[in-house]
Amino acid sequence: MPMSQTIDFIIDGVEVSARPGQTILQAADEAGIYIPRLCAHKDLVPHGSCRICTVLVNGRPQSACTQPVAPGIVVQNDIEKLNNVRRNILDMLFVEGNHYCMFCEKSGNCELQALAYRFGIMAPKFPYQFPARDVDASHPDIYIDRNRCILCARCIRASRDLDGKHVFEFVGRGPEKRVAVNAEARLADTDVDVTDKALSICPVGALMRKRQGYADPIGRRRYDHQPIGSDIEAKRSATG
Amino acid sequence: MAKPKIATTSLAGCFGCHMSILDIDERILELVELVDFDKSPIDDIKEFHHRCAVGLIEGGCANEENVRVLKDFRRHCDILISLGECAILGGIPALRNTIPLQECLDEAYLNGPSVYNPAKTIPNDPEIPLLLNKVYPCHEVVKIDYFLQGCPPRADAIWETLVALLTDKPVDLPYDLIKYD
Repeated sequence: MPMSQTIDFIIDGVEVSARPGQTILQAADEAGIYIPRLCAHKDLVPHGSCRICTVLVNGRPQSACTQPVAPGIVVQNDIEKLNNVRRNILDMLFVEGNHYCMFCEKSGNCELQALAYRFGIMAPKFPYQFPARDVDASHPDIYIDRNRCILCARCIRASRDLDGKHVFEFVGRGPEKRVAVNAEARLADTDVDVTDKALSICPVGALMRKRQGYADPIGRRRYDHQPIGSDIEAKRSATG
Repeated sequence: MAKPKIATTSLAGCFGCHMSILDIDERILELVELVDFDKSPIDDIKEFHHRCAVGLIEGGCANEENVRVLKDFRRHCDILISLGECAILGGIPALRNTIPLQECLDEAYLNGPSVYNPAKTIPNDPEIPLLLNKVYPCHEVVKIDYFLQGCPPRADAIWETLVALLTDKPVDLPYDLIKYD
């Protein structure tokens, strides 16, 4: 790390050194402190929409993925008050969609599910909405299952910024909001490709490659034994 | 002292969760040392004969009979556990929840590609429980005390939960046993 200039601050009582321009989330990741997140991804510009990564900065709620570090700030992350808010957000995401983990190809590798595991959610406290959502399986190699979409905008950002294509965009507002494709109607009529980053970056089973389902057996999937965030936390225990 | 009683039922479920109960293998011998089974498909006792310490509910509520049985369990059991995704979420039967009931019946009995039904009747015998407008998770019908996720819940999760409850210990499942699939 270039030591020309560092910004020192505190997360959960731990002194952290960051570089100017980093967000709280980036600095925490490098320091081995896991701040839960869904819409944030290291290869994408921050979106700040899911609010899972909300932390208290000098007592004020801020999304860690958009908030730049500043000298001397005191950040609270792993506290019961915030973890309850995170549980509520996850609960709402589960009841607002149709998340049938038992037959979803993403199960075991799904970030939404993995966060619910990490927070020990055994059942949502809100009533299920069972919304009517559609599936677009028109493309020979790719499908969109909007039942599972959590509107994180990762595919929108990845297609625009990493793939250079603009295949996806939000349409509608509130409960009508959904990911639409850049074509008259169907995914098949866009220039999306199976190798697009937009596919692999989907945290849930909404944007999926066909004929890839259940490739990893139960017990060998990403979050079967280790909670999400363990890779980040391992950095801290490795360096002491 | 008499052993505590447990009861089990499968509402709108596939009996997979009951298979997972049996999947505790030889520990079933320890279980019958700990408890007696009351109303349950395992011993085929149809009605409650005693107050039960624990009731295990597989499946959600898809018809009026499911609701009757679930309320009967709530009346007779100190602790009710929703066992598996169908009890907790509605599960596979709840896939019909985004489709109006009449459309489901028409597709199943009149319009489906493999349907042979020259009389064009939809079954309505009084013996057949009436379907609800949608499939309800059990905790939206009665108070549920514990939830065991999974399709089915792992046998170890069922075992550890039952043993903890029957020996007055807190239910604290390890990460590996909390799975939604």
